[in-house]
Amino acid sequence: MREFAGKSVYKGIVLGPVIVLKKNDYRVKREKTDDAEAEIRRVEGAVAQAQAQLQKLYEKAVKEVGEASAAIFEVHQMLLEDEDFQEAVNNTIRNEGVKAEYAVAVTGDNFSEVFEGMDDEYMKARAADIRDISNRLIGNLTGRAEEDLDAAGPAIILADDLSPSETVQMDKKKILALVTVRGSANSHTAILARMMNIPALIGVPLDLEEICTGTEAIVDGYGGKLILQPSLELKEETEKKIQDEREKLQLLHELKGKKTVTKSGRKIHLFANIGSVSDIGYVLENDAEGIGLFRSEFLYLGKTALPSEEEQFNAYRQVLQMMGGRKVIIRTLDIGADKQADYLNLDKEANPAMGYRAIRICLKQPDIFKTQLRALFRAALYGNLAVMYPMIISADEVKKIYEIVDEVKKEFEETGIPYRIPEQGVMIETPAAVMISDELAQMVDFFSIGTNDLTQYTLAIDRQNEKLDDFYDAHHPAILRMIRMVTDNAHKHGKWAGICGELGADLELTEEFVKMGLDELSVAPSMILRIRKKITEMD
Amino acid sequence: MKKFDYVIKDEIGIHARPAGLLVKEAKKYESKIVITKDGKSAEATKLIAVMSLGVKCGQTITVEATGPDEDAACEGIEKFLSEHL
Repeated sequence: MREFAGKSVYKGIVLGPVIVLKKNDYRVKREKTDDAEAEIRRVEGAVAQAQAQLQKLYEKAVKEVGEASAAIFEVHQMLLEDEDFQEAVNNTIRNEGVKAEYAVAVTGDNFSEVFEGMDDEYMKARAADIRDISNRLIGNLTGRAEEDLDAAGPAIILADDLSPSETVQMDKKKILALVTVRGSANSHTAILARMMNIPALIGVPLDLEEICTGTEAIVDGYGGKLILQPSLELKEETEKKIQDEREKLQLLHELKGKKTVTKSGRKIHLFANIGSVSDIGYVLENDAEGIGLFRSEFLYLGKTALPSEEEQFNAYRQVLQMMGGRKVIIRTLDIGADKQADYLNLDKEANPAMGYRAIRICLKQPDIFKTQLRALFRAALYGNLAVMYPMIISADEVKKIYEIVDEVKKEFEETGIPYRIPEQGVMIETPAAVMISDELAQMVDFFSIGTNDLTQYTLAIDRQNEKLDDFYDAHHPAILRMIRMVTDNAHKHGKWAGICGELGADLELTEEFVKMGLDELSVAPSMILRIRKKITEMD
Repeated sequence: MKKFDYVIKDEIGIHARPAGLLVKEAKKYESKIVITKDGKSAEATKLIAVMSLGVKCGQTITVEATGPDEDAACEGIEKFLSEHL
């Protein structure tokens, strides 16, 4: 039994096997072999394993996100069966006398280049599918642990740190807990854990090289502890705690379907924050009344090229249809140097939080922005859409956005493409926007306060810098006063205001927010019922 | 040898999933089935090759079957195309 302390970012306790995620390394060495036929048999084994993994993923995805979205795994299975692909791999092994890993890597690169070179956006995007299957095969050949994520049962993930694109791709139902060596309380790991309602520890001093996948462990989010190879006694104790927790959750589920109204009858719109289409399952499961922040970055990250209008339109339409008539607020592109998409060729910046990002990119590169707006406005016909623009600091920016919106509108009118201009709002996440919120309120339909960035800009504290966690005060009076000011200014002009930052989910502040007059709180899906409970108990 | 022309009606063209199903259909026949678009050809049993023809909505493909069951193959593929693409 070995115990490690870390900082807990989400409470809860679990018991299960660990999966150690080593740093992704897709570079494959060119290794020679004398026995080509043995290598070819290894490829066959890896293909069979991949087929089984994909079949499981497909079945799971059908249940979680529906058949249309699950079809991608079926396509991957079909691609794996492709004769040309298999022949190319085998020929590379035989002709060059190289090992299977290298042959698969080279073939994957060659075939994905074919798709990348096509003039059709849909086909270009298939390059990622080819890379995905070749990475899966390489993973199976090398026995890389992360591939076990698909095949194995629920497990505790141990990693150095988790990037946004890694978290987007994770099969969330199979994660019991997240434990990272690095990361701060506001990192992506922490946000992901809150969203999934699973315990998470950060800053745990582990040597990942010496821990084996499959080792049994306890993650105790209350005590901030990771225990490897726990004693029988501790295991029994833990199982009892897990049982207690489950009962508590059961109680919360009784609040499903209830309205979010205080005893005196004040109604709060309780919405969810999500980052991908597959998260909608959590939104519905936790009975959110809508989506208050849909981060559109998932369409842009982990890709090799900008998403096409059709790709975006289909994703937005799907979300709107899945949510029925419930409101869905989609935030336009919020990428910067800290969330790199290689194809945008953004320069490395010393201070990305204050750099070329979000609406600034959209206004400087209006083609990117227009594609997204076109997709959004076309999708708006399929549900209750609202659009919000991030990182606003001036009224002039809003004017410029509206000019671009007008251009898009004109294009639609000229070509007769059906569209609808949805409600448009801005994120209030800079102190500048707070100070001019009276002016902004006259221009937009609503405000959504992004407390994460607002706090970091106001307190001059870098969210990602773990050394500053002690200085970081989420309840700083400056922030609370700003929220009040923004809400008052919105109401003065007949507009509504909400919070979509992490602070919106802070149960210690729920009462204060309701009293301030906020109209909407948008939080991680796992927090919806807890906040509803709090609000329904208020006077 | 037997052949026919077909105009793709699916709005994304011959995209991945129907292409995969087309391959499965083509594998049912003994005949060699070749799809041609603008002078580029692909064997219908090879998914990546079929996809990389990049056939879009409104474009015409020629399907050519050669072998003992070429009549049945053409009939089967044409039926598949009209149902899926």
